[in-house]
Amino acid sequence: MSWLRRYRIAIGAVLIVCAGVLVVLLMRNGDTSADMVADDTAKAADKAQLDPKAIERGRAVAVAADCAACHTRPGGGRAYAGGYTLQTPFGDILSSNITPDRATGIGDWTERDFFRAVRHGRSPRHMLYPAMPYPSYVRISDADMHDMWSYFRSLPAASGDTGGTRLGFPFNVRELMLGWNLLFFRNDAPARAGEVNRGQYLVDVLGHCGACHTAKNALGGDSGYLGGGTLQDWHAPALHNGMQHGLGSWSDADIVAYLKTGSNAHSIAAGPMAEAVEHSTQYMPDADLRAMAAYLKKLPGPAETKPQPVAANDPAMVRGARVYVTACSGCHAPGGTGIAGMATRLADNPAIRAPDTASLTHVLMTGSRAAATDANPTAAGMPGFAWKLSDADAAAVLTYVRNTWGNAAPAVSAGDVAKARRALKARKPM
Amino acid sequence: MAAPKTRAKVDAVIVGLGWSGSLMAEELTRAGLRVVAVERGKWRDTATDVPPSVDMDELRWDRRRGMMQPQAVETVTFRNTPTQKALPVREWNCFQFGWNVGGAGTHWAGMTWRFNPWDFEVGTRVRQRYGTRETTPGLQLQDWGITYDEIEPFYDRFEKIAGTSGTAGMVGGQKRPGGNPFEGNRTAEFPTPALKDSRWMSMFRKTTAEMGYSPFTIPAGNISTAYTNPLGVRMGPCTYCGYCEMFGCGNWSKSSPQACILPALTRRDNFEVISETEVLRVNLAADGKTATGVTMIDAKGNLWEQPADIVVISAYQIDNVRLMLLSGIGTPYDYKSGMGTIGRGYAYQTISGASLFFENERFNPFIGGGALGVQIDDWNADNFDHSGLGFIGGAGIMGFSTGGRPIGMADAVPQGTPRWGSAWKRAYRDNYQNAATIFNQGTSFAHRDVFVDLDPAYKDRHGQALLRVTFDYNENDRRMAKFTMDKAAEIGRKVGAKHIETFNSAAGANTPYDQRSTHTTGGAIIGADPATSALNRFNQSWDVHNVFVMGASSFPNNGGYNPTATVGALALHSAKAIIERYVDERKPLVAA
Repeated sequence: MSWLRRYRIAIGAVLIVCAGVLVVLLMRNGDTSADMVADDTAKAADKAQLDPKAIERGRAVAVAADCAACHTRPGGGRAYAGGYTLQTPFGDILSSNITPDRATGIGDWTERDFFRAVRHGRSPRHMLYPAMPYPSYVRISDADMHDMWSYFRSLPAASGDTGGTRLGFPFNVRELMLGWNLLFFRNDAPARAGEVNRGQYLVDVLGHCGACHTAKNALGGDSGYLGGGTLQDWHAPALHNGMQHGLGSWSDADIVAYLKTGSNAHSIAAGPMAEAVEHSTQYMPDADLRAMAAYLKKLPGPAETKPQPVAANDPAMVRGARVYVTACSGCHAPGGTGIAGMATRLADNPAIRAPDTASLTHVLMTGSRAAATDANPTAAGMPGFAWKLSDADAAAVLTYVRNTWGNAAPAVSAGDVAKARRALKARKPM
Repeated sequence: MAAPKTRAKVDAVIVGLGWSGSLMAEELTRAGLRVVAVERGKWRDTATDVPPSVDMDELRWDRRRGMMQPQAVETVTFRNTPTQKALPVREWNCFQFGWNVGGAGTHWAGMTWRFNPWDFEVGTRVRQRYGTRETTPGLQLQDWGITYDEIEPFYDRFEKIAGTSGTAGMVGGQKRPGGNPFEGNRTAEFPTPALKDSRWMSMFRKTTAEMGYSPFTIPAGNISTAYTNPLGVRMGPCTYCGYCEMFGCGNWSKSSPQACILPALTRRDNFEVISETEVLRVNLAADGKTATGVTMIDAKGNLWEQPADIVVISAYQIDNVRLMLLSGIGTPYDYKSGMGTIGRGYAYQTISGASLFFENERFNPFIGGGALGVQIDDWNADNFDHSGLGFIGGAGIMGFSTGGRPIGMADAVPQGTPRWGSAWKRAYRDNYQNAATIFNQGTSFAHRDVFVDLDPAYKDRHGQALLRVTFDYNENDRRMAKFTMDKAAEIGRKVGAKHIETFNSAAGANTPYDQRSTHTTGGAIIGADPATSALNRFNQSWDVHNVFVMGASSFPNNGGYNPTATVGALALHSAKAIIERYVDERKPLVAA
């Protein structure tokens, strides 16, 4: 036996072992045996006597999981009929119809199909992208899954979208998710009653807060639990208890008020969070909101040192102050105190100091609408200023509000604004 | 034209979604009724249509009436006396029809007055105090069938919804310092404190107080502080930008259906609004005693029928009367015989005052508000003895700071100033900081020869007759205007104006192109007697009992105040009667 041949055998053996290990890992990672508890005979669209109590419980689970956020197209889409475009760094993903329509929805699915899709990202049609937060939903309890199944079966069937994509190669190859799952999907067992703290279950599992509030790495995997993330040109701030960027200055009651009404003394929900409040959190029971607040308030914040504010006589600050008086003070008030429930308080506001200024430039360029809730139906709007403020003026006023009234944060550059303006396809200033 | 398509029947259809329609819809839907509101104008939204990032465009909104319904859609014809031929009004001045969801409540100035208790009982009170000594022939003085004390809780509710700013003069029977000592009793203070004084207001306040009058801050729907109303809807504090009347408010500071009601109302599943659709007529059952719904036409020209158990007409003063006449509800008023009620009791607002010019002042008129002003009521209503004066009624005399708009202020120069060129520019520059106005907003009383009816010649785009207005000031109102004008001049002299020019709209014949006031009233008035009123005290048609008619069309006489709060209070009063009585009784709520 030549050395070459021995070498080949050795390499081959290693490869076989590796392949074997990979197969084992893939099998364990893709193990959906937890979903075997679900029935695999009756189809969603089949006639059935559904338990009204289970439907009602399931509706509450679907609300807490905010299924409507993606599966109901905003602006008049049929409930849960899909067709909403999720913009990801890899391309567009369309949400699917999850009403019991046989042709385009889940009408021909069994309960087990439903469990596998929701908890393991494996629908009867194809593998799902983690834009569907199955990495969070994997721990949804069996009871909640059963109830949710009853709820979705009870919905009127609507013709909708099967969930296509506008992704380039290689991202359009769904089997790639096998590898992604291997790297980032923790195939944890479903939560059992009493096992997981209710607040954590709502935050991590149903609420899937980390989908936005946890940063993603280059491959879309989690990076830094609830430490703040940026998605769809919005920055979701940190939910830990840091004083500079997190919720350190918020009380439990502040968090509950925010989730219930869309605003509190500190802040007003905008962008995707406004949608989350409108569709989901405002309808959650107060006890659940209190549990979420209690859990979040226990998350330790990183040791942050407050930076020195940009000097008030810095040219950008002087310019920003001037812009602020003419363009902003009418609603946000001369002292940055805002209007409760309508115009965000800018003074001493962690969201204004965010390390990533995506939300600030987004709101300033395109404007935003506060969440409309039963408790605060006004939904005050901030107009976009893209047409009015130059990159330099916009950067100056953001720098000004980030470094005034108790705020201190790095300056925003005209380049940052220009980049946001391009990304948002916002107007050029007149 | 194709036959109308029929929509699903609802409990109530509301024609026109301004203040009255919105208040009514809010009440009825909260009580569980299914309500469809039909609005001729388009949806207009604070954040999208009038964002505060866009500077107010005076040319577009004010001069060109950007928010008003175009005359091509509908206008009125006008004449002074019943023997003249009426001609169409071709430019909006005193008539200002809303043309959007929110109605005129979107573009109004914001003065949020309660009428004086006397205004509701003019017939009785004048007879008691003066007999016929001070009245001129032909006046139609009659009570409203509802007293101030009865309507008071609904004023209070309206103010709480609107967030009205002011200082009360009378709460729980106790006089309050700084308020209007002549006002009717209130159950509560204003929801938000009074606005601050401008320089001109503080001068007017000081001088009138020194003259022995009782100045107070005008109740304002440009509200002074952030406020959350009973519907959970929030408002922001007024920035004193001075662009209120003719404009929408981008700061959520001006009381309006958009700012105060629609955010809560539009969340309700039992409410639907159909915009850009015009109601052509109310359909009556064969016996003519009840309405079956309305026929309407959408923007594409499709006809629709909206069946309903209750029809609420809240389409503005002019259109309310017109729709009743077009639908055959009630008997048209005949000025010769005095018979009939639909079209009877038309009134306006009687305006006089003084333009003042000072020297070396600095009024900074750009600090303004539609309702920003100080008033004295000493010469209003029956707050003074009219014996020997030969008239009844009076005027609120106000010193206001409604804004320093560049085009509007271009006329605020002394008479005789060249209309253009360097002399005009100099005068404009010198007077911008030195001009002020004392404005008398006077009562207007119904008269036998003043009325509205369908024009025999002119029609709208759908071939339906326009409404014809027959109006001129009566002798009573002319005397009142002259009397209060002299009072304004006297205040002007005392406050130190260097040059005073008095004005009196009632000195000559009335013209719809004199925009001193937009407050047209009457034509479908409430009252205790079906022979002299179109509606009973619940704004319910005497003739067709499931038709309720809201708005200033129901005022039997106009007070020396802006009409909006009274319009709102009457709508809320009517809503309560519908919910608590009519939906069960289904009959006239007052026996004829």
